[in-house]
Amino acid sequence: MSYRNPYTPPRKSATFDDYTLAEIRRAAATGIYDIRGGGTKRKVPHFDDLLFLGASISRYPLEGYREKCDTSVVLGTRFASKPIHLKIPITIAGMSFGALSGPAKEALGRGATISGTSTTTGDGGMTDEERGHSETLVYQYLPSRYGMNPKDLRRADAIEVVVGQGAKPGGGGMLLGQKISDRVAEMRTLPKGIDQRSACRHPDWTGPDDLEIKILELREITDGEKPIYVKVGGARPYYDTALAVKAGADVVVLDGMQGGTAATQDVFIENVGMPTLACIRPAVQALQDLGMHRKVQLIVSGGIRSGSDVAKALALGADAVSIGTAALVAIGDNDPRFEEEYRKLGSTAGAYDDWHEGKDPAGITTQDPELMKRLDPIAAGRRLANYLKVMTLEAQTIARACGKNHLHNLEPEDLCALTIEASAMAQVPLAGTSWIPGKGGL
Amino acid sequence: MPVIDLAVTPLRDLNSALHAIPPGANDINYEVLNPRGSHAVAVGIDAPVTVDVKGSVGYYCAGMNDGGTVTVHGSAGPGVAENMMSGTVVIEGDASQYAGATGRGGLLVIKGNAASRCGISMKGIDIVVHGSIGHMSAFMGQSGHLVVLGDAGDALGDSLYEARLFVRGSVKSLGADCIEKEMRQEHLTLLAGLLEKAGVTQVKPEEFKRYGSARRLYNFNIDNADAY
Repeated sequence: MSYRNPYTPPRKSATFDDYTLAEIRRAAATGIYDIRGGGTKRKVPHFDDLLFLGASISRYPLEGYREKCDTSVVLGTRFASKPIHLKIPITIAGMSFGALSGPAKEALGRGATISGTSTTTGDGGMTDEERGHSETLVYQYLPSRYGMNPKDLRRADAIEVVVGQGAKPGGGGMLLGQKISDRVAEMRTLPKGIDQRSACRHPDWTGPDDLEIKILELREITDGEKPIYVKVGGARPYYDTALAVKAGADVVVLDGMQGGTAATQDVFIENVGMPTLACIRPAVQALQDLGMHRKVQLIVSGGIRSGSDVAKALALGADAVSIGTAALVAIGDNDPRFEEEYRKLGSTAGAYDDWHEGKDPAGITTQDPELMKRLDPIAAGRRLANYLKVMTLEAQTIARACGKNHLHNLEPEDLCALTIEASAMAQVPLAGTSWIPGKGGL
Repeated sequence: MPVIDLAVTPLRDLNSALHAIPPGANDINYEVLNPRGSHAVAVGIDAPVTVDVKGSVGYYCAGMNDGGTVTVHGSAGPGVAENMMSGTVVIEGDASQYAGATGRGGLLVIKGNAASRCGISMKGIDIVVHGSIGHMSAFMGQSGHLVVLGDAGDALGDSLYEARLFVRGSVKSLGADCIEKEMRQEHLTLLAGLLEKAGVTQVKPEEFKRYGSARRLYNFNIDNADAY
């Protein structure tokens, strides 16, 4: 009598899950790694793992809708003769014309301007439309120097020296040929249709000592007027912040791994850099150790979605936050009304990330004239302004509940953590305890 | 002629004065004394001024020059004439690394040698080096011309786009996707014009070789993985 295995239900591997298997098959079939846009999609400790404590007997709250809770922020107070005054501490992150369509850039400028905040250029330079529609515009100074022009440097309100970004600390970029229209090609001084590589490091400086001299040059060219930001990816936030301060930055922009990119390798996005939550406290510590907290402003980006995220970032010590992905969603990116078209592209609303292919049904991450027409920059700008307003009101609601009359008065003491990981990263106590991993306490 | 002595005048005063020159001004010939290796000397010029710097300078001299004529009567540190838009910059001595980096226009003349990465990411500038240049020069050069009367170091023109390179002496090695190309009459004519603009005499265009992009890496292809 032959032995027969008793029936066991099929069990899938946690290590080799469906997505991993599909990736192995895709790699084997195509011979190329996955390139996509956006930030990390893996679950990492985030602001969701923090809670505010609110008021109690020892902390009294402010009256909602009655008692003022200020949201303004001034950026660039250290050296610049003309620092930036914003009404809200939520700025629009750098995204390039080229990666984004002209109407999308216009919409971002319009929404930011209505809201009293700044928007930021990206790789590829500044367009007249963007300058015209952005009351406060930060000009990114990038390794590729595509479109770099001293006239634009002077007509900017601030300059952001980009050392890295959260999606790919240490990585450059690639704008594939299908998105290189005549105008994009001209702005970047390259032939139409070829892939445009964005360098991973600056061509004329290396290291913090050189950066100090580069910042000196930028200040000299702009007669000391413009705030100089230094943007770093979330890699070594304590030392990068300290070195940026040492190099003379007015503002440090710190981008965690949830921060998006127009296009890079998925393996890079998912495996290089640290979560935003893990970056903030070391950066704030560096500023405090140098006596520069609130003197050199800290802007945090990467996965900011709501007013509570804003409030938490500020409570951890940031002066402002920056949004990219959320702003694109607000103006129409990944909208379910294009579901049928997303499916034709092999994706679905909420997951579409092949921004580099230039086929975005929402008309945002494309240079296709027909697709671009789908985005009404005026209506989209209004949506962004609405969204920024909601985020601001939400942050104010939380701040008042904690008894703060300015968002900047929020403190780490107002927070607790839901998980040990978040407690360790944010350096606030695990809920119900006074314990912070690595810090002692009960 | 305004004379600015950097031994007693702050750098900002020099640069601000150069930025404040109104169109049609008469007093447009500046002399800078005692630069003593200062960084960012005469940067961001946006008017047709002339600046004679009497000595050697540090980083980024004449950076982003747009229309000025800057002569350094000495040597220049890294990044001289970086991102130049238009105008002329002349270095009587040697230049350190990144000379003319990302330059978009104008003419940079280096009468001595230039170190590594000369013309890196150049985007339209013309660079003429009387001496030799170091390694990785014209890396990712997009547009413009690099003329070298002496020798070139390793990996010349690596990942080159459409910049054109002319070298009279030896080339230690060519970078990825950079190849020697035929020197046709149009190139000889072009080179003769560049040499004349740079004040080079007694050197014939026929003595140079031309290098440019093979354009094999213009579109990402996994089969070129060895070259990346």
